[in-house]
Amino acid sequence: MSAIVSLTDVSVRFGPSRAVDGVSVDVKPGEVLALVGESGSGKTTLIRAIQGLQSVTSGQITHTPASGDRPTGSDRSRGNRGVQMIFQDPTGALNPRQTIYEIVAEGLRIRKESKDEAARVARALSRAGLRPPERFFPMYPHQISGGQRQRVVIAGAMVMEPDLLLADEPVASLDASIRGEILALMLDLVGETGLSILVVTHDLGLAWNIADRVAVMYLGRIVELGPTERILGSPKHPYTRALLSVVPETTRMEQQILTGEIPDSRRIPVGCRFHPRCPLFQSGTLPDEVASRCITEDPDQLDSSATWSVACWAVAADGEPEDGSVGA
Amino acid sequence: MTSLAMQRRRATARRVLTQFRNSRPGVIGFAVLLVFVIVALAAPLLADVRELNPVFARAQGNPQWAAPGTFGVLGTDHLRRSVWVQFVWGSRVSLFVGLAATVLTISIGSVVGIISGFVGGRIDSVLMRITEWFLVIPFLPLAIVLASILGRNVWNIILVIGVTSWPSTARLLRAQVLTVKQRLFVDRSRSLGAGNAHLVARHILPNVSGLILANATLAVPISILTETTLSFLGLGDPSSASWGKTLEEAFVNGAMVRNAWWYFLPAGVGILAVVLAFTLIGRTLEEIADPRLGQAR
Amino acid sequence: MSWPVLSVKDLTITYNSSAGLVPAVRGVSFDLAVGESLGLAGESGCGKSTLANSLLRLLPEGTVTSGEVTIDGQDLFALSPGGLRAVRWTTGAIVFQGALHALNPVQTAGRQVREPMHVHETVASDDEARVRSRQLFERVGLSANLLEAYPHQLSGGQRQRVLIAMALACDPQLLIADEPTTALDLMVQAQVLALIAELREESSLSLIFITHDLSVLTCVADRLAIMYAGRIVEQGPSMDVFQNATHPYTKALAAAFPTIGDPASRKAPSGLAGDPPTPGALPSGCPFHPRCPLAEDRCRTIEPDLRSSGQGREAACVLI
Repeated sequence: MSAIVSLTDVSVRFGPSRAVDGVSVDVKPGEVLALVGESGSGKTTLIRAIQGLQSVTSGQITHTPASGDRPTGSDRSRGNRGVQMIFQDPTGALNPRQTIYEIVAEGLRIRKESKDEAARVARALSRAGLRPPERFFPMYPHQISGGQRQRVVIAGAMVMEPDLLLADEPVASLDASIRGEILALMLDLVGETGLSILVVTHDLGLAWNIADRVAVMYLGRIVELGPTERILGSPKHPYTRALLSVVPETTRMEQQILTGEIPDSRRIPVGCRFHPRCPLFQSGTLPDEVASRCITEDPDQLDSSATWSVACWAVAADGEPEDGSVGA
Repeated sequence: MTSLAMQRRRATARRVLTQFRNSRPGVIGFAVLLVFVIVALAAPLLADVRELNPVFARAQGNPQWAAPGTFGVLGTDHLRRSVWVQFVWGSRVSLFVGLAATVLTISIGSVVGIISGFVGGRIDSVLMRITEWFLVIPFLPLAIVLASILGRNVWNIILVIGVTSWPSTARLLRAQVLTVKQRLFVDRSRSLGAGNAHLVARHILPNVSGLILANATLAVPISILTETTLSFLGLGDPSSASWGKTLEEAFVNGAMVRNAWWYFLPAGVGILAVVLAFTLIGRTLEEIADPRLGQAR
Repeated sequence: MSWPVLSVKDLTITYNSSAGLVPAVRGVSFDLAVGESLGLAGESGCGKSTLANSLLRLLPEGTVTSGEVTIDGQDLFALSPGGLRAVRWTTGAIVFQGALHALNPVQTAGRQVREPMHVHETVASDDEARVRSRQLFERVGLSANLLEAYPHQLSGGQRQRVLIAMALACDPQLLIADEPTTALDLMVQAQVLALIAELREESSLSLIFITHDLSVLTCVADRLAIMYAGRIVEQGPSMDVFQNATHPYTKALAAAFPTIGDPASRKAPSGLAGDPPTPGALPSGCPFHPRCPLAEDRCRTIEPDLRSSGQGREAACVLI
């Protein structure tokens, strides 16, 4: 099946800073893809670029709507209705002076789709779990709870009947007990509507909870991409391994606490961008020919069509299969 | 969903009204203002406009410099005109000039402030340099120069006040727009495909409207005082009887020396009361519209 | 494990707000032994931060407090302003979340670390303070040249380390950490948690660690106390409580952060219906009953107290 959205060598620069530095990845129809990384990895910039809130310096983002029709000229000028977004902070994402009804109806009004407006708003609200929807119509954001606010944001996106939902840390600012409910709602939406979700998070547990595939980002580049069970079960890239080892309740792995923090995206290290912090490289156990590649050659970008791929010279030298040959 | 919009507007109005009613300064200000508005509107019923004409006053056989009680409620001036009539008709001019100039001030200030804050970039720099230019030029001399160039009539007075007093509003609005623009809901709307016009109308304006209103009520007293000042300096409209002009004439014709307090006191008290009333109302509205109170929790 | 460094008995804290009296903490008791680490978990509005702030009397004016807090043998509520000043920083110190706001943007990190030393006169001279601040930076894993850095020049993790250095400036016996890792990335969180573990190994520092993320507490806490609606609803040794919760709320909270690799949570996020109660409007009976999957009729009327539920464990649920 062709991808809903396809990224080819996408880069976003802010002056000397390379926030996104050559990312290629596809989101397939009906899948949940988790883009995992720490702050400074460029993951938020990347989804803003997919949404069109951020212009791309180079590379291509192609959106192929699930219905098959191409967006028409006037649609394009108003952004892409097939791609909708939800945010980390639902309180900030809602205008305090608008009612829930106006907030959810906003997308329809922007596109002047006034037909059945009330019915569509009601449907979106109840689909997002706010029932009966009419009760919420006249309410203001401050009159509902944080979890309900995130549901309103989701309803406001779903009313546009998107084929791709971009979610930026959708539960990071919510209470622990609410978290699961919102994630379950997102999974339900995928099941009911065939929607695809690209979720950006630093939370590996979230990926385990909902994602079909995981892409791990480090300093503007995806360094490992594959099915969730594989990536979180037996990661290959030393960065993914380290990340997974420090998830608090992972007891089966020895903790590998990396020193320092992600470098500034204005000064991306030469060679493999991870080598200055790489436990494998720093251990000095790598064969010389591999180690010299680590400091001189940037590993190739991942093959976005492969089932599992890793951008690491050590893994490549190990003879690990880099493509779909591992099987599904 | 017009009924819903109306419901909501009604709810907001009710909330503002309750909060306003609970504020003692606001209620006092409103009551004082109401009295003056009634006086201004009912002027033809309260006082004969022909009495403002010295020829008519002489023909009526009015006394000169009559103290209150000896002739009419507030006595007469050097031209035998009733001070009461001047006070009543003066309230009309002062209120009208004050309000009209405020509308002009706030309109220019809001447009400049919102464009500057929302669009940003070079347009912002250019607009802000112009604003600063107006801000650093001493206000009164500029108004005097403009008034004397443009000529002495009510509309020019309004224009002069409007053109000289908008910069502070523009700067205030720009700052507020800059913070609203950063809010996530603007991003959300943009990701839904909203254009700039939609963003300004639906998200920026509703979140700065309270500030505009409060700023307007605070601009009225400044406009009234400016009109008074210009009239007092002899730059007012010679054909209309504003409070400022009454003060000027009283001063020029030696009311102070003659101790004819009844000539200048009513106009002075009128100005003071209206200015105070607007300030009280403005402060109250400002408190109600405080963006921190408008938000969640 | 001799006497407790901190003893809280039946502590009740009520805020006096414009909306009336709001109960934030409703009868909390616990002891903290020297060198012990207590993890306090719960969601927003459960009273955990209020409780933390009350332990150093950092609550707003007009807050009504009852019960007893004994810190280092002194009755906290009977302390004079001078005595209170001495308790803050020198006996107990607090590390807040949101490290950017807790630091003064126009002072260097070093100066802010030295300030409590000067205020409490734990150093004789400025030179001594400088030496000590250098030692503290080393202890929290910051290089000494960052002493001259301003907060905006530091990363999130470095700022959190500065705050910890500040808290340690007067060598307190008790460290209260209020969501110190919540705003941090996974790797930086791991660094800070490792630092706290190291500090505890080096000295007999007692720790109260507050968070909404139960899984973090298993790394740093000996004992866990779970709060809901202003009360402790379950407490016990941390691994026991996390892996084998008795209170239905603790179970839900533990399940909210899935164990990666556990097939039960794969593609099956687990949460609780409803929202945490607002302190001003608590449900009748057991405040958890509207969200409890096991609620019975009696839960609507009875608010259970903590009762023993096994070795060293207590839970407040009628089903135990």
